[in-house]
Amino acid sequence: MPNVPVPLNYYLTLSAILFMIGAAGFIIRRNIITVFMSIELMLNAVNLTFVTFSYQFRQVDGHIYSFFVMVVAAAEAAVGLAIILTVFKNRSTLTIDDVSSMKN
Amino acid sequence: MPANFMPSAAEYFRFAPEIILTIVGTLVMILEAMTGDRDKSSLGYVSLLGLAAAMAAAVAANNDPGLAFQSMIIVDGFATFFRVLVLGVGMLTILVSTNYLSEAKANSGDFYALILFSVVGQSLMACANELIMIFIGIEISSIASYILAGYLRDDRRNNESALKYFLMGSFATAFLLYGVAWIYGLTGSTNLGEIRTVLSHGTAPTAMVGISAALMLVGLAFKVSAAPFQVWAPDVYQGSSAPISAFMSAGPKAAAFAVMVRVFYTSFDSISNQWEPVFWIMSLATMVIGNFAALQQRNIKRMLAYSSIAHAGYVMVAVTSHSAVGTAAVMFYLASYCLMNIGAFAVVTWMARDGEKFVEVDDFSGLAQKQPFVTAILTVLILSLVGVPLTGGFFGKFLVFKAAIDSHLMWLAILGLLNSAVAAYYYLRVLVVMYFREPGASTVNLPPVAGTLRVAMLVTTLGTIALGIFPGLILGFATQSSTLGK
Repeated sequence: MPNVPVPLNYYLTLSAILFMIGAAGFIIRRNIITVFMSIELMLNAVNLTFVTFSYQFRQVDGHIYSFFVMVVAAAEAAVGLAIILTVFKNRSTLTIDDVSSMKN
Repeated sequence: MPANFMPSAAEYFRFAPEIILTIVGTLVMILEAMTGDRDKSSLGYVSLLGLAAAMAAAVAANNDPGLAFQSMIIVDGFATFFRVLVLGVGMLTILVSTNYLSEAKANSGDFYALILFSVVGQSLMACANELIMIFIGIEISSIASYILAGYLRDDRRNNESALKYFLMGSFATAFLLYGVAWIYGLTGSTNLGEIRTVLSHGTAPTAMVGISAALMLVGLAFKVSAAPFQVWAPDVYQGSSAPISAFMSAGPKAAAFAVMVRVFYTSFDSISNQWEPVFWIMSLATMVIGNFAALQQRNIKRMLAYSSIAHAGYVMVAVTSHSAVGTAAVMFYLASYCLMNIGAFAVVTWMARDGEKFVEVDDFSGLAQKQPFVTAILTVLILSLVGVPLTGGFFGKFLVFKAAIDSHLMWLAILGLLNSAVAAYYYLRVLVVMYFREPGASTVNLPPVAGTLRVAMLVTTLGTIALGIFPGLILGFATQSSTLGK
Protein backbone atom coordinates (compact mmCIF):
# COMPACT_ATOMS: atom_id res chain seq x y z
CA MET A 1 0.00 0.00 0.00
CA PRO A 2 1.54 3.34 -0.98
CA ASN A 3 1.31 5.76 1.90
CA VAL A 4 0.38 9.04 0.22
CA PRO A 5 -1.31 11.54 2.58
CA VAL A 6 -4.54 13.09 1.36
CA PRO A 7 -3.92 16.81 0.66
CA LEU A 8 -5.50 19.09 3.26
CA ASN A 9 -7.35 21.04 0.60
CA TYR A 10 -9.48 17.96 -0.03
CA TYR A 11 -10.67 18.03 3.57
CA LEU A 12 -11.44 21.73 3.38
CA THR A 13 -13.34 21.29 0.13
CA LEU A 14 -15.28 18.41 1.64
CA SER A 15 -16.17 20.49 4.68
CA ALA A 16 -17.30 23.38 2.46
CA ILE A 17 -19.49 20.98 0.45
CA LEU A 18 -20.94 19.49 3.65
CA PHE A 19 -21.65 22.96 4.98
CA MET A 20 -23.44 23.95 1.78
CA ILE A 21 -25.47 20.74 1.74
CA GLY A 22 -26.49 21.49 5.31
CA ALA A 23 -27.44 25.09 4.52
CA ALA A 24 -29.38 24.01 1.42
CA GLY A 25 -31.13 21.29 3.42
CA PHE A 26 -32.16 23.85 6.03
CA ILE A 27 -33.80 25.99 3.37
CA ILE A 28 -35.30 23.29 1.14
CA ARG A 29 -36.43 20.54 3.53
CA ARG A 30 -39.93 20.77 5.01
CA ASN A 31 -39.71 18.20 7.80
CA ILE A 32 -38.62 19.74 11.11
CA ILE A 33 -36.41 16.80 12.08
CA THR A 34 -34.64 16.88 8.71
CA VAL A 35 -34.13 20.62 9.03
CA PHE A 36 -32.59 20.03 12.45
CA MET A 37 -30.33 17.32 11.00
CA SER A 38 -29.17 19.79 8.35
CA ILE A 39 -27.98 22.13 11.12
CA GLU A 40 -26.07 19.27 12.73
CA LEU A 41 -24.45 18.57 9.37
CA MET A 42 -23.29 22.18 9.20
CA LEU A 43 -21.75 21.89 12.67
CA ASN A 44 -19.95 18.72 11.63
CA ALA A 45 -18.55 20.53 8.61
CA VAL A 46 -17.19 23.12 11.02
CA ASN A 47 -15.58 20.39 13.12
CA LEU A 48 -13.88 18.95 10.07
CA THR A 49 -12.49 22.39 9.24
CA PHE A 50 -11.18 22.86 12.79
CA VAL A 51 -9.49 19.48 12.84
CA THR A 52 -7.94 19.98 9.39
CA PHE A 53 -6.40 23.33 10.30
CA SER A 54 -5.31 21.99 13.66
CA TYR A 55 -3.49 19.15 11.90
CA GLN A 56 -1.91 21.58 9.47
CA PHE A 57 -0.58 23.84 12.27
CA ARG A 58 0.52 20.82 14.35
CA GLN A 59 -1.46 22.44 17.18
CA VAL A 60 -3.88 20.78 19.55
CA ASP A 61 -6.17 23.86 19.81
CA GLY A 62 -8.42 22.99 16.89
CA HIS A 63 -9.02 19.49 18.20
CA ILE A 64 -10.16 20.95 21.52
CA TYR A 65 -12.43 23.45 19.74
CA SER A 66 -14.13 20.61 17.92
CA PHE A 67 -14.91 19.03 21.30
CA PHE A 68 -16.43 22.31 22.45
CA VAL A 69 -18.57 22.33 19.33
CA MET A 70 -19.68 18.74 19.96
CA VAL A 71 -20.69 19.52 23.54
CA VAL A 72 -22.63 22.56 22.47
CA ALA A 73 -24.28 20.61 19.63
CA ALA A 74 -25.34 17.95 22.12
CA ALA A 75 -26.87 20.55 24.45
CA GLU A 76 -28.59 22.14 21.48
CA ALA A 77 -29.95 18.76 20.36
CA ALA A 78 -31.38 18.08 23.82
CA VAL A 79 -33.21 21.39 23.90
CA GLY A 80 -34.16 21.31 20.24
CA LEU A 81 -35.69 17.85 20.32
CA ALA A 82 -37.66 18.79 23.45
CA ILE A 83 -39.03 21.84 21.62
CA ILE A 84 -39.89 19.75 18.56
CA LEU A 85 -41.65 17.25 20.84
CA THR A 86 -43.88 19.92 22.41
CA VAL A 87 -44.71 21.25 18.96
CA PHE A 88 -45.71 17.75 17.85
CA LYS A 89 -47.80 17.20 20.98
CA ASN A 90 -49.78 20.40 20.43
CA ARG A 91 -50.15 20.26 16.65
CA SER A 92 -49.64 16.63 15.61
CA THR A 93 -47.54 17.68 12.65
CA LEU A 94 -43.86 17.86 11.81
CA THR A 95 -44.24 19.85 8.60
CA ILE A 96 -42.64 23.22 9.00
CA ASP A 97 -45.21 25.08 6.90
CA ASP A 98 -48.02 23.98 9.22
CA VAL A 99 -46.33 25.67 12.14
CA SER A 100 -47.01 29.27 11.15
CA SER A 101 -50.06 30.74 12.81
CA MET A 102 -48.66 34.22 13.37
CA LYS A 103 -49.24 36.80 10.75
CA ASN A 104 -50.40 40.31 10.63
CA MET B 1 4.69 28.51 27.61
CA PRO B 2 4.01 29.20 31.28
CA ALA B 3 4.84 26.31 33.58
CA ASN B 4 1.98 27.06 35.93
CA PHE B 5 -1.47 26.88 34.39
CA MET B 6 -3.33 27.57 37.62
CA PRO B 7 -5.16 30.90 37.28
CA SER B 8 -4.34 33.52 39.87
CA ALA B 9 -6.85 34.92 42.37
CA ALA B 10 -7.03 38.16 40.37
CA GLU B 11 -8.17 36.18 37.34
CA TYR B 12 -11.00 34.52 39.28
CA PHE B 13 -11.94 37.94 40.60
CA ARG B 14 -12.28 39.25 37.02
CA PHE B 15 -14.54 36.32 36.21
CA ALA B 16 -16.54 36.54 39.47
CA PRO B 17 -19.89 37.75 38.01
CA GLU B 18 -20.23 34.63 35.83
CA ILE B 19 -19.17 32.36 38.70
CA ILE B 20 -21.70 33.93 41.08
CA LEU B 21 -24.52 33.68 38.54
CA THR B 22 -23.79 30.05 37.76
CA ILE B 23 -23.76 29.13 41.45
CA VAL B 24 -26.96 31.04 42.19
CA GLY B 25 -28.65 29.59 39.11
CA THR B 26 -27.82 26.05 40.19
CA LEU B 27 -28.91 26.87 43.74
CA VAL B 28 -32.26 28.15 42.48
CA MET B 29 -32.83 24.88 40.62
CA ILE B 30 -32.07 22.88 43.78
CA LEU B 31 -34.36 25.11 45.84
CA GLU B 32 -37.07 24.62 43.23
CA ALA B 33 -36.92 20.87 43.80
CA MET B 34 -36.90 21.32 47.57
CA THR B 35 -39.79 23.78 47.93
CA GLY B 36 -42.41 21.45 46.45
CA ASP B 37 -45.81 23.05 45.81
CA ARG B 38 -45.20 26.29 47.68
CA ASP B 39 -45.24 29.73 46.06
CA LYS B 40 -42.09 30.24 44.01
CA SER B 41 -41.97 34.03 43.99
CA SER B 42 -39.31 33.86 46.71
CA LEU B 43 -37.00 32.12 44.22
CA GLY B 44 -37.39 35.21 42.05
CA TYR B 45 -36.04 37.30 44.89
CA VAL B 46 -33.13 34.90 45.38
CA SER B 47 -32.32 35.32 41.68
CA LEU B 48 -32.57 39.10 42.01
CA LEU B 49 -30.07 38.98 44.87
CA GLY B 50 -27.77 36.82 42.75
CA LEU B 51 -27.93 39.29 39.89
CA ALA B 52 -27.28 42.19 42.27
CA ALA B 53 -24.25 40.39 43.72
CA ALA B 54 -22.97 39.69 40.20
CA MET B 55 -23.44 43.34 39.31
CA ALA B 56 -21.44 44.39 42.36
CA ALA B 57 -18.73 41.90 41.34
CA ALA B 58 -18.72 43.27 37.79
CA VAL B 59 -18.28 46.83 39.05
CA ALA B 60 -15.59 45.73 41.50
CA ALA B 61 -13.76 43.81 38.76
CA ASN B 62 -13.48 47.04 36.80
CA ASN B 63 -11.15 48.44 39.50
CA ASP B 64 -8.57 45.91 38.42
CA PRO B 65 -9.02 45.66 34.65
CA GLY B 66 -6.98 43.24 32.59
CA LEU B 67 -6.88 39.81 31.00
CA ALA B 68 -7.71 36.48 32.57
CA PHE B 69 -7.33 32.78 31.77
CA GLN B 70 -4.63 32.92 29.05
CA SER B 71 -6.21 36.14 27.62
CA MET B 72 -9.51 34.40 26.94
CA ILE B 73 -11.34 36.96 29.06
CA ILE B 74 -10.81 40.71 29.06
CA VAL B 75 -12.17 43.06 31.68
CA ASP B 76 -12.18 46.67 30.54
CA GLY B 77 -14.65 49.53 30.71
CA PHE B 78 -16.47 48.30 27.60
CA ALA B 79 -16.92 44.80 29.04
CA THR B 80 -18.02 46.19 32.39
CA PHE B 81 -20.57 48.48 30.78
CA PHE B 82 -22.24 45.61 28.89
CA ARG B 83 -21.97 43.24 31.85
CA VAL B 84 -23.84 45.70 34.07
CA LEU B 85 -26.33 46.33 31.26
CA VAL B 86 -27.23 42.65 30.72
CA LEU B 87 -27.36 42.03 34.48
CA GLY B 88 -29.75 44.97 34.80
CA VAL B 89 -31.85 43.56 31.96
CA GLY B 90 -32.00 40.26 33.85
CA MET B 91 -33.21 41.99 37.02
CA LEU B 92 -35.89 43.96 35.19
CA THR B 93 -37.06 40.81 33.40
CA ILE B 94 -37.53 39.01 36.70
CA LEU B 95 -39.49 41.96 38.10
CA VAL B 96 -41.74 41.95 35.03
CA SER B 97 -42.19 38.15 35.08
CA THR B 98 -43.12 37.14 38.64
CA ASN B 99 -46.72 38.30 38.57
CA TYR B 100 -47.24 37.12 34.98
CA LEU B 101 -45.99 33.64 35.86
CA SER B 102 -48.18 33.41 38.97
CA GLU B 103 -51.23 34.28 36.88
CA ALA B 104 -50.31 31.71 34.23
CA LYS B 105 -49.79 29.20 37.08
CA ALA B 106 -46.30 28.60 35.74
CA ASN B 107 -44.23 30.22 38.47
CA SER B 108 -41.24 27.97 39.05
CA GLY B 109 -37.56 28.11 39.88
CA ASP B 110 -36.62 26.75 36.46
CA PHE B 111 -37.69 30.00 34.87
CA TYR B 112 -35.46 32.12 37.09
CA ALA B 113 -32.56 29.70 36.74
CA LEU B 114 -32.86 29.90 32.95
CA ILE B 115 -32.84 33.70 33.08
CA LEU B 116 -29.68 33.56 35.20
CA PHE B 117 -27.99 31.10 32.84
CA SER B 118 -28.91 33.16 29.82
CA VAL B 119 -27.42 36.23 31.51
CA VAL B 120 -24.23 34.25 32.23
CA GLY B 121 -23.86 33.72 28.49
CA GLN B 122 -24.47 37.38 27.70
CA SER B 123 -22.05 38.46 30.40
CA LEU B 124 -19.43 36.11 28.95
CA MET B 125 -20.05 37.56 25.48
CA ALA B 126 -19.40 41.03 26.89
CA CYS B 127 -15.98 40.11 28.29
CA ALA B 128 -14.83 37.42 25.80
CA ASN B 129 -11.52 38.14 24.13
CA GLU B 130 -11.40 34.99 22.04
CA LEU B 131 -13.62 33.65 19.26
CA ILE B 132 -14.34 30.32 20.93
CA MET B 133 -15.32 32.08 24.19
CA ILE B 134 -17.63 34.30 22.13
CA PHE B 135 -19.20 31.21 20.56
CA ILE B 136 -19.69 29.55 23.95
CA GLY B 137 -21.15 32.74 25.41
CA ILE B 138 -23.60 33.07 22.52
CA GLU B 139 -24.65 29.44 22.89
CA ILE B 140 -25.13 29.61 26.68
CA SER B 141 -27.28 32.68 26.18
CA SER B 142 -29.20 31.25 23.22
CA ILE B 143 -29.92 27.74 24.49
CA ALA B 144 -31.40 29.15 27.69
CA SER B 145 -33.50 31.65 25.75
CA TYR B 146 -34.79 28.94 23.33
CA ILE B 147 -36.34 27.25 26.36
CA LEU B 148 -37.63 30.54 27.75
CA ALA B 149 -39.29 31.39 24.42
CA GLY B 150 -41.37 28.21 24.70
CA TYR B 151 -41.70 28.30 28.45
CA LEU B 152 -45.49 27.85 28.59
CA ARG B 153 -45.30 24.50 26.85
CA ASP B 154 -49.06 24.02 26.42
CA ASP B 155 -49.40 27.33 24.62
CA ARG B 156 -49.37 26.91 20.84
CA ARG B 157 -47.90 30.36 20.19
CA ASN B 158 -45.09 29.69 22.67
CA ASN B 159 -44.28 26.40 20.92
CA GLU B 160 -44.12 27.99 17.53
CA SER B 161 -42.02 30.86 18.79
CA ALA B 162 -39.53 28.51 20.47
CA LEU B 163 -39.26 26.33 17.37
CA LYS B 164 -38.57 29.28 15.07
CA TYR B 165 -36.13 30.85 17.50
CA PHE B 166 -34.31 27.55 17.94
CA LEU B 167 -34.03 26.65 14.25
CA MET B 168 -33.06 30.13 13.09
CA GLY B 169 -30.71 30.65 16.02
CA SER B 170 -28.82 27.39 15.52
CA PHE B 171 -28.62 28.01 11.77
CA ALA B 172 -27.06 31.41 12.47
CA THR B 173 -24.62 29.99 14.99
CA ALA B 174 -23.43 27.44 12.46
CA PHE B 175 -22.51 30.31 10.11
CA LEU B 176 -20.73 32.17 12.89
CA LEU B 177 -18.81 29.05 13.80
CA TYR B 178 -17.77 28.28 10.24
CA GLY B 179 -16.40 31.82 10.04
CA VAL B 180 -14.51 31.24 13.30
CA ALA B 181 -13.03 28.00 11.95
CA TRP B 182 -11.77 29.76 8.82
CA ILE B 183 -10.34 32.68 10.76
CA TYR B 184 -8.51 30.13 12.90
CA GLY B 185 -7.20 28.49 9.76
CA LEU B 186 -6.12 31.76 8.14
CA THR B 187 -4.47 33.36 11.16
CA GLY B 188 -3.54 30.39 13.33
CA SER B 189 -5.23 31.93 16.34
CA THR B 190 -8.63 32.63 17.85
CA ASN B 191 -7.45 35.40 20.15
CA LEU B 192 -8.85 38.76 19.03
CA GLY B 193 -5.58 40.61 19.61
CA GLU B 194 -3.44 38.04 17.81
CA ILE B 195 -5.85 37.96 14.86
CA ARG B 196 -5.54 41.73 14.69
CA THR B 197 -1.75 41.48 14.63
CA VAL B 198 -1.69 38.80 11.92
CA LEU B 199 -4.24 40.59 9.74
CA SER B 200 -2.42 43.92 10.02
CA HIS B 201 0.66 42.31 8.42
CA GLY B 202 -1.50 41.68 5.35
CA THR B 203 -0.04 38.23 4.69
CA ALA B 204 -3.36 36.37 5.01
CA PRO B 205 -5.34 36.16 1.73
CA THR B 206 -7.67 39.16 1.87
CA ALA B 207 -10.56 37.60 -0.02
CA MET B 208 -10.69 34.57 2.27
CA VAL B 209 -10.47 36.76 5.37
CA GLY B 210 -13.32 38.85 3.98
CA ILE B 211 -15.48 35.77 3.40
CA SER B 212 -14.76 34.48 6.92
CA ALA B 213 -15.62 37.85 8.43
CA ALA B 214 -18.83 37.84 6.37
CA LEU B 215 -19.77 34.40 7.71
CA MET B 216 -19.29 35.65 11.25
CA LEU B 217 -21.29 38.76 10.43
CA VAL B 218 -24.20 36.60 9.24
CA GLY B 219 -24.29 34.88 12.63
CA LEU B 220 -24.08 38.11 14.58
CA ALA B 221 -26.61 39.90 12.35
CA PHE B 222 -29.12 37.12 13.14
CA LYS B 223 -28.58 37.68 16.85
CA VAL B 224 -29.12 41.45 16.64
CA SER B 225 -31.93 41.00 14.04
CA ALA B 226 -30.29 43.15 11.38
CA ALA B 227 -31.59 42.97 7.79
CA PRO B 228 -31.63 40.73 5.83
CA PHE B 229 -31.53 38.32 8.77
CA GLN B 230 -34.39 39.82 10.77
CA VAL B 231 -37.28 37.61 9.58
CA TRP B 232 -37.44 35.51 12.75
CA ALA B 233 -37.82 38.41 15.17
CA PRO B 234 -41.49 39.41 14.66
CA ASP B 235 -42.80 35.84 14.94
CA VAL B 236 -40.64 35.03 17.94
CA TYR B 237 -41.42 38.21 19.87
CA GLN B 238 -45.11 37.92 19.08
CA GLY B 239 -45.37 34.27 20.04
CA SER B 240 -43.38 34.31 23.29
CA SER B 241 -44.74 35.47 26.60
CA ALA B 242 -44.48 39.26 26.86
CA PRO B 243 -41.85 39.29 29.67
CA ILE B 244 -39.67 36.95 27.62
CA SER B 245 -40.08 39.12 24.54
CA ALA B 246 -38.84 41.99 26.69
CA PHE B 247 -35.83 39.94 27.69
CA MET B 248 -35.00 38.63 24.21
CA SER B 249 -35.30 42.03 22.60
CA ALA B 250 -32.87 43.57 25.09
CA GLY B 251 -30.22 41.33 26.68
CA PRO B 252 -29.05 39.05 23.85
CA LYS B 253 -29.20 41.93 21.42
CA ALA B 254 -27.02 44.21 23.55
CA ALA B 255 -24.50 41.42 24.13
CA ALA B 256 -24.39 40.55 20.42
CA PHE B 257 -23.72 44.20 19.58
CA ALA B 258 -20.91 44.20 22.15
CA VAL B 259 -19.38 41.19 20.39
CA MET B 260 -19.89 42.77 16.97
CA VAL B 261 -18.15 45.99 17.99
CA ARG B 262 -15.30 44.21 19.72
CA VAL B 263 -14.62 41.74 16.92
CA PHE B 264 -14.91 44.16 14.03
CA TYR B 265 -13.17 47.09 15.74
CA THR B 266 -10.22 45.09 17.01
CA SER B 267 -9.65 41.93 14.95
CA PHE B 268 -11.02 43.13 11.62
CA ASP B 269 -9.81 46.70 12.02
CA SER B 270 -7.33 46.41 9.16
CA ILE B 271 -9.94 45.22 6.66
CA SER B 272 -12.46 47.93 7.61
CA ASN B 273 -12.62 49.13 4.00
CA GLN B 274 -14.22 45.76 3.21
CA TRP B 275 -16.86 45.64 5.95
CA GLU B 276 -17.82 49.30 6.26
CA PRO B 277 -19.86 49.39 3.00
CA VAL B 278 -21.63 46.17 4.02
CA PHE B 279 -22.55 47.67 7.39
CA TRP B 280 -23.72 50.84 5.61
CA ILE B 281 -26.21 48.92 3.48
CA MET B 282 -27.29 46.64 6.32
CA SER B 283 -27.97 49.49 8.72
CA LEU B 284 -30.06 51.35 6.14
CA ALA B 285 -32.00 48.21 5.16
CA THR B 286 -32.60 47.35 8.82
CA MET B 287 -34.01 50.79 9.60
CA VAL B 288 -36.22 50.88 6.50
CA ILE B 289 -37.60 47.35 6.88
CA GLY B 290 -38.20 47.75 10.62
CA ASN B 291 -39.98 51.08 10.39
CA PHE B 292 -42.08 50.47 7.30
CA ALA B 293 -43.22 47.03 8.43
CA ALA B 294 -44.10 48.40 11.88
CA LEU B 295 -46.49 50.87 10.22
CA GLN B 296 -48.83 48.05 9.23
CA GLN B 297 -48.97 46.15 12.52
CA ARG B 298 -52.10 45.92 14.64
CA ASN B 299 -50.62 43.59 17.25
CA ILE B 300 -48.59 45.65 19.69
CA LYS B 301 -46.02 42.92 20.38
CA ARG B 302 -45.40 42.55 16.66
CA MET B 303 -45.18 46.30 16.30
CA LEU B 304 -42.60 46.47 19.09
CA ALA B 305 -40.72 43.62 17.40
CA TYR B 306 -40.44 45.59 14.15
CA SER B 307 -39.57 48.70 16.12
CA SER B 308 -36.77 46.76 17.84
CA ILE B 309 -35.49 45.81 14.37
CA ALA B 310 -35.50 49.50 13.48
CA HIS B 311 -33.59 50.33 16.66
CA ALA B 312 -31.02 47.69 15.76
CA GLY B 313 -30.66 49.63 12.50
CA TYR B 314 -29.85 52.85 14.37
CA VAL B 315 -27.23 51.05 16.44
CA MET B 316 -25.79 49.63 13.20
CA VAL B 317 -25.39 53.22 11.98
CA ALA B 318 -23.20 53.91 14.99
CA VAL B 319 -21.23 50.71 14.37
CA THR B 320 -20.73 51.74 10.73
CA SER B 321 -19.15 55.03 11.80
CA HIS B 322 -16.19 52.97 13.12
CA SER B 323 -14.88 55.50 15.63
CA ALA B 324 -14.59 56.01 19.38
CA VAL B 325 -17.59 58.34 19.20
CA GLY B 326 -19.50 55.58 17.44
CA THR B 327 -18.61 53.06 20.15
CA ALA B 328 -19.81 55.42 22.85
CA ALA B 329 -23.01 55.97 20.85
CA VAL B 330 -23.57 52.20 20.58
CA MET B 331 -23.19 51.87 24.35
CA PHE B 332 -25.45 54.79 25.24
CA TYR B 333 -28.10 53.84 22.68
CA LEU B 334 -28.29 50.25 23.83
CA ALA B 335 -28.60 51.30 27.48
CA SER B 336 -31.50 53.63 26.76
CA TYR B 337 -33.04 51.16 24.28
CA CYS B 338 -33.01 48.35 26.87
CA LEU B 339 -34.73 50.59 29.43
CA MET B 340 -37.48 51.85 27.15
CA ASN B 341 -38.13 48.55 25.42
CA ILE B 342 -38.40 46.54 28.63
CA GLY B 343 -40.65 49.26 30.03
CA ALA B 344 -42.93 49.11 27.00
CA PHE B 345 -43.11 45.32 27.17
CA ALA B 346 -43.84 45.60 30.93
CA VAL B 347 -46.92 47.64 30.07
CA VAL B 348 -47.88 45.09 27.40
CA THR B 349 -47.44 42.32 29.99
CA TRP B 350 -49.83 44.11 32.32
CA MET B 351 -52.36 44.78 29.58
CA ALA B 352 -52.25 41.32 27.96
CA ARG B 353 -53.34 39.45 31.12
CA ASP B 354 -53.65 35.69 31.48
CA GLY B 355 -53.56 33.93 28.11
CA GLU B 356 -52.48 37.17 26.39
CA LYS B 357 -55.94 38.03 25.07
CA PHE B 358 -55.37 41.79 24.82
CA VAL B 359 -52.34 42.43 22.65
CA GLU B 360 -53.84 44.63 19.90
CA VAL B 361 -53.01 48.31 19.68
CA ASP B 362 -56.78 48.99 19.79
CA ASP B 363 -57.01 47.27 23.17
CA PHE B 364 -55.33 50.33 24.64
CA SER B 365 -58.38 52.48 23.70
CA GLY B 366 -59.30 54.96 26.39
CA LEU B 367 -56.65 53.74 28.80
CA ALA B 368 -56.03 57.35 29.88
CA GLN B 369 -59.45 57.51 31.53
CA LYS B 370 -59.15 54.15 33.26
CA GLN B 371 -55.56 53.83 34.37
CA PRO B 372 -53.71 57.19 34.31
CA PHE B 373 -50.56 55.79 35.98
CA VAL B 374 -49.83 53.19 33.32
CA THR B 375 -50.83 55.64 30.59
CA ALA B 376 -48.28 58.14 31.88
CA ILE B 377 -45.59 55.45 32.00
CA LEU B 378 -46.29 54.28 28.46
CA THR B 379 -46.45 57.87 27.21
CA VAL B 380 -42.95 58.62 28.46
CA LEU B 381 -41.58 55.36 27.04
CA ILE B 382 -43.23 55.87 23.65
CA LEU B 383 -41.93 59.43 23.46
CA SER B 384 -38.47 58.07 24.22
CA LEU B 385 -38.83 55.42 21.50
CA VAL B 386 -39.78 58.21 19.08
CA GLY B 387 -36.76 60.21 20.23
CA VAL B 388 -38.36 63.30 21.75
CA PRO B 389 -35.94 65.59 23.65
CA LEU B 390 -35.57 65.15 27.44
CA THR B 391 -35.70 61.36 27.02
CA GLY B 392 -32.89 58.81 26.76
CA GLY B 393 -34.05 57.87 23.27
CA PHE B 394 -33.39 61.39 22.03
CA PHE B 395 -29.80 61.47 23.24
CA GLY B 396 -29.21 57.99 21.89
CA LYS B 397 -30.33 59.04 18.40
CA PHE B 398 -28.45 62.32 18.70
CA LEU B 399 -25.19 60.52 19.50
CA VAL B 400 -25.72 57.91 16.78
CA PHE B 401 -26.24 60.49 14.05
CA LYS B 402 -23.49 62.72 15.42
CA ALA B 403 -21.10 59.76 15.17
CA ALA B 404 -22.27 59.11 11.60
CA ILE B 405 -21.73 62.76 10.59
CA ASP B 406 -18.31 62.85 12.27
CA SER B 407 -17.32 59.86 10.14
CA HIS B 408 -18.63 61.59 6.97
CA LEU B 409 -21.61 59.26 6.57
CA MET B 410 -23.86 62.17 5.58
CA TRP B 411 -26.37 60.17 3.57
CA LEU B 412 -26.74 57.49 6.20
CA ALA B 413 -27.44 60.15 8.83
CA ILE B 414 -30.01 61.90 6.63
CA LEU B 415 -31.79 58.65 5.70
CA GLY B 416 -31.72 57.59 9.34
CA LEU B 417 -33.34 60.84 10.44
CA LEU B 418 -36.07 60.44 7.79
CA ASN B 419 -36.63 56.94 9.14
CA SER B 420 -37.16 58.18 12.67
CA ALA B 421 -39.79 60.56 11.29
CA VAL B 422 -41.62 57.55 9.81
CA ALA B 423 -41.30 55.79 13.16
CA ALA B 424 -43.08 58.66 14.92
CA TYR B 425 -46.26 57.78 13.04
CA TYR B 426 -46.76 54.28 14.40
CA TYR B 427 -45.59 55.15 17.90
CA LEU B 428 -47.86 58.18 18.19
CA ARG B 429 -50.83 56.08 17.02
CA VAL B 430 -50.61 54.24 20.35
CA LEU B 431 -50.81 57.56 22.19
CA VAL B 432 -53.78 58.70 20.08
CA VAL B 433 -55.59 55.45 20.84
CA MET B 434 -54.93 55.78 24.56
CA TYR B 435 -55.99 59.40 24.91
CA PHE B 436 -58.64 60.08 22.28
CA ARG B 437 -60.63 56.86 21.93
CA GLU B 438 -63.50 55.72 24.09
CA PRO B 439 -62.70 52.80 26.42
CA GLY B 440 -63.63 49.41 24.95
CA ALA B 441 -64.18 45.89 26.26
CA SER B 442 -60.48 45.39 26.93
CA THR B 443 -60.40 48.07 29.63
CA VAL B 444 -63.42 46.83 31.61
CA ASN B 445 -61.72 44.53 34.10
CA LEU B 446 -58.27 46.05 34.34
CA PRO B 447 -56.08 44.25 36.88
CA PRO B 448 -54.22 46.25 39.55
CA VAL B 449 -50.55 46.92 38.78
CA ALA B 450 -48.68 44.35 40.87
CA GLY B 451 -45.86 45.59 43.10
CA THR B 452 -42.94 44.09 41.19
CA LEU B 453 -44.35 45.18 37.85
CA ARG B 454 -44.84 48.69 39.21
CA VAL B 455 -41.18 48.77 40.28
CA ALA B 456 -40.07 47.66 36.80
CA MET B 457 -42.26 50.32 35.14
CA LEU B 458 -40.99 53.08 37.43
CA VAL B 459 -37.33 52.08 37.12
CA THR B 460 -37.44 51.96 33.32
CA THR B 461 -39.38 55.22 33.02
CA LEU B 462 -37.30 57.15 35.53
CA GLY B 463 -34.15 55.70 34.00
CA THR B 464 -35.25 56.85 30.56
CA ILE B 465 -35.94 60.37 31.84
CA ALA B 466 -32.68 60.43 33.80
CA LEU B 467 -30.68 59.50 30.69
CA GLY B 468 -32.52 62.25 28.79
CA ILE B 469 -31.83 65.01 31.32
CA PHE B 470 -28.42 63.88 32.62
CA PRO B 471 -26.87 61.89 29.75
CA GLY B 472 -23.50 62.48 31.42
CA LEU B 473 -24.46 59.82 33.96
CA ILE B 474 -23.24 57.08 31.67
CA LEU B 475 -21.93 58.98 28.66
CA GLY B 476 -18.73 59.92 30.49
CA PHE B 477 -18.00 56.30 31.30
CA ALA B 478 -18.97 55.19 27.78
CA THR B 479 -16.62 57.73 26.19
CA GLN B 480 -13.77 56.68 28.49
CA SER B 481 -14.19 53.01 27.64
CA SER B 482 -14.80 53.46 23.92
CA THR B 483 -11.17 52.93 22.92
CA LEU B 484 -11.51 49.17 23.54
CA GLY B 485 -7.99 48.96 24.97
CA LYS B 486 -6.37 48.94 21.54
